[in-house]
Amino acid sequence: MIPRHLIIAVVVLGVMASGMSVYVWNMRGRVVRTEASTPNSQPVARPAAGPSEQVTLYVAYDEGGMLRPQAARIPLPSGRQERAEELLRALVDIYLGKSSPHVLGTGSEIRGVYLADPGLAVIDLNAAFANGHRSGVLVEELTLTSLVATLSANIPAITQVKILVDGKERESLAGHVDLTAFYDVARVNQLVTQLAAEP
Amino acid sequence: MASNNAAGSIVQHEGTEEGENLKLFDSSRFAHVLGRFLVLASAVVFSSPTVQSQFSVYSKAANYSVAVVERNGTDYLGLLELLEPLGVVSARQNGDHWKLRYNDVESEFVMGQARTRIRGKDFNLPASFVLENGRGLVPILGLGTLLPQILGGPITLNLFGRRLFIGDVAIHFTAEVVNTEPAKLVMNFGNPVNPMIATEPGKLEMIFTHDPVVAPGSQTLTFDSKAIPSATFEESNGIAKLVVTTTVPAMASFSNDGRTITVTPASTPVLPAHAPPQTPPAVPATVPPAVASREPGAPVRQHVFAVIDPAHGGDERGAALTDQLQEKDVTLAFSRHLRELLGGRGLSAWLERDSDVTLSLDQRAAMSNASGAALYIAVHATSESNGVRLYTALLPSGGPNQGWFLDWDTAQTAFEGLSQITAASVTTELESKQVSVRNLSAPLRPLNNVVTAAFAIEIGPESDDITQLSSPEYQERLAEAVVSGVADVRDQLEARRK
Repeated sequence: MIPRHLIIAVVVLGVMASGMSVYVWNMRGRVVRTEASTPNSQPVARPAAGPSEQVTLYVAYDEGGMLRPQAARIPLPSGRQERAEELLRALVDIYLGKSSPHVLGTGSEIRGVYLADPGLAVIDLNAAFANGHRSGVLVEELTLTSLVATLSANIPAITQVKILVDGKERESLAGHVDLTAFYDVARVNQLVTQLAAEP
Repeated sequence: MASNNAAGSIVQHEGTEEGENLKLFDSSRFAHVLGRFLVLASAVVFSSPTVQSQFSVYSKAANYSVAVVERNGTDYLGLLELLEPLGVVSARQNGDHWKLRYNDVESEFVMGQARTRIRGKDFNLPASFVLENGRGLVPILGLGTLLPQILGGPITLNLFGRRLFIGDVAIHFTAEVVNTEPAKLVMNFGNPVNPMIATEPGKLEMIFTHDPVVAPGSQTLTFDSKAIPSATFEESNGIAKLVVTTTVPAMASFSNDGRTITVTPASTPVLPAHAPPQTPPAVPATVPPAVASREPGAPVRQHVFAVIDPAHGGDERGAALTDQLQEKDVTLAFSRHLRELLGGRGLSAWLERDSDVTLSLDQRAAMSNASGAALYIAVHATSESNGVRLYTALLPSGGPNQGWFLDWDTAQTAFEGLSQITAASVTTELESKQVSVRNLSAPLRPLNNVVTAAFAIEIGPESDDITQLSSPEYQERLAEAVVSGVADVRDQLEARRK
């Protein structure tokens, strides 16, 4: 004969287990509905951090095939490497804008900039940047010079620049301009002078 | 010590420019070079030529070579050097005992003894362990026993070829002759390869120094082709070599991201049929020296005046100028105009490609350098409507020149001035024909690898009409101006070549 208090305890536990199951099932449905009904509205772009500072961006203009220095105020963090990244991202934002003077492919991004002593900067582009880039000597040269000149004009003591794509070396940007080399900033600045002159 | 040589990273110095500040001919540098020469000459006189013995290792971590040393008539390797690129390795000497730790595996060796202990088990080497100044040497014959225990995985050891494959890294290939006209040998590799190509009369060699290429089913492959009757695969001293026997001069081209190598008969440069009788002493070579066989008794060096490089080609199409018009087709057509017009002025010219074939940038530079030409012209095309742009090399940071050898990346340095003079002369001629022209420097390979005066021309339409690029009249007009500009500095170019 099973004691009466044991029967009551089993029944109570069974009711509680059933109740918990129903509660958990309802909660699961609510989470699914919540996730489905609220799309991610967070901005993809990184949050601006730090006070705005005046910088010089070397902007490429396909019209005339020129490179022109352009003053801009952008928020810059304090770290040297982060500043370098923000600078180049600000430059790329100009090229991705509606009235871009030098159109880049959709999704072009600066993945990172790495500063290595002594004076070497490594710019890491994403694959979309290179894969979507227009092919041609001048159009590729304008992009390369724009990146190198902007970096060296605003980050002191950079003497050499290397460009990677998705963290790897690539033979050329879009079939012409060499990406296997380490570029002397002094040499590139001579090219900047040539590209700044009216054709 | 493991070595990882970059093939083709230097180029032989063929000349210097008078009036330029070349360190090579500074008195102190000259004395230094002379000293080196005497030392080298002594070495050559008093010793017989030797080939560095090496052992190649191929793994997923790295492909590298290790020097082989001989002790008591047996070939040995430094075990630490062998394992270093593969994992975390350290060694400690205690008297005659040498303890090695590779990742978590402990091994112990004793000087002069063949018995060794790995993972707590005893093994016998075919020859005694040698300990020299803390460096542990093991016989190559014992690697088949040692390495599976230390590495904890399978290896494939080719003792005869001195090649070691760790894991599944071998690259297999197939080869077949496609009997088109002309016949071509197509080799497909399982992974991208980068062999050094060498040609001699009757054969073309592909030397795989860092590619784990392995033999096909048979060491010798025979083909049903008169031009390419056979190929032989050889392995020795850590190097694999594929020797293609040919009855005609042949060249190799790469495609499919380095997975396919095609051997084809070298295109024969066409001499201008209407070349005037007062053709200058520079006689056009029948084929470029880099890819040609030379008949016995023929002059050792026969130079063309200009090498013209139609950019892109084959799988590498360049810019898509329109839906139907590819950059590679425009560059070839324009290059043919240049060749014809240069020939008309008695200036022999040779095209690096006269068909739709793939050539790497290094191959293009090597072909130009081997030709001994006075001028290299690369041809590009663009849909940008700005006329013509001329580019000379924007030289990158390079390594130091080694004596008589130049750094590959900055090989153009000594010719920078002459290249700019030539480009300026062409600019003047284009402007005189009312062609919009811009003269710039550019990081455009292989300009920086070329050891002669060199410039690139990028032709664009004068307006938005891109079809102008394929117009023979427009191309001829531009080509005439380019050739006039080149002819104006011909004496300077020829003088520099001499």
